[in-house]
Amino acid sequence: MTALPPFQALLDEHATDVMAVLRGAVGRADAEDCFQETFLAALRAYPKLGDDRNLRGWLLTIAHRKAIDHHRANGRRPLPVAEVEEAAGAIELPRDDGIWILVGALPPKQRAAVALRYACDLPHAEIAAALGCSPDAARRSLHEGMKRLRKELA
Amino acid sequence: MKAELERLTDRAAADGLLDVAYATFDSPYGRLLVATTPRGLVKVGLPAYDPDDTLEDLAARISPRMLEAPAQLDEVRRQLDLYFKGRLREFDLALDWRLSTGFRRRALRAIDRIPYGQTRSYTQIATSAGNERAVRAAGTACGANPIPIVVPCHRVLRSGGALGGYGGGLPMKEALLELEGVLDGHSSG
Repeated sequence: MTALPPFQALLDEHATDVMAVLRGAVGRADAEDCFQETFLAALRAYPKLGDDRNLRGWLLTIAHRKAIDHHRANGRRPLPVAEVEEAAGAIELPRDDGIWILVGALPPKQRAAVALRYACDLPHAEIAAALGCSPDAARRSLHEGMKRLRKELA
Repeated sequence: MKAELERLTDRAAADGLLDVAYATFDSPYGRLLVATTPRGLVKVGLPAYDPDDTLEDLAARISPRMLEAPAQLDEVRRQLDLYFKGRLREFDLALDWRLSTGFRRRALRAIDRIPYGQTRSYTQIATSAGNERAVRAAGTACGANPIPIVVPCHRVLRSGGALGGYGGGLPMKEALLELEGVLDGHSSG
């Protein structure tokens, strides 16, 4: 183990990815709040972190938990796609956000797996670490998520 | 993303989660790194040193909860700018001395009391710090000064008036002494 780097280095390297994952997980409008919560929680815990080996996975794990907290606090189940599309019309999302609306409507594990894989380019092992499951389970969640997306887009 | 990061830095400071705030800015002598804790200014990194090395060292010695937060260092920057323009003779800043201990801290506190435009010898500093024979240690304390410029180790010279050393390089020491009117710009050590 080496000494922990200044926290600013984590922001410089991973803030963009954390934001991308959160946009996928909770939508553009709520991602900013979850982003603040994620990094404040990380900052609070950082000095006690014993290991600097997978700081990216650690941050994405916190982001994932904050996204789940967010959904719980809103008492929201993942919305059926038809409803999301209706709601999306009102907030004028950029066009390329279309796919993320569909991702956002996936069940939480699938949603997180897809976001971590395609927004952050994480390998299965790191997705597993972020989700707190086995690599096989991560692969299954990703596979199921992708299958549903393909069906929606077909 | 810039606005989100600024908001994060402000919230971290407000929640007491920012142990070290730092910023870099240009001075007449090159780029300076300045770092503060809630207690006060803890580090001035001179242009001769690699800022990344300095930041890693601060993370290890104080806390890794460090963010680049220029707003937290506005007043430090303002006073340094005025000093470099010759319009400020005495800094009015809270200092955090934690990076120096024992004899070194006593020597640096003695150095902190040398008035603008005056000099002392390493022997005088050793005496003020409580050990007149520790002249070499007084020199080491100067070299290890974590808050140069503000704690004016450039005002410490050899007993014969020779310049001695400076962590930021002798040309910078000469320039600061010229700025304060101690050197006329032609003499050398």
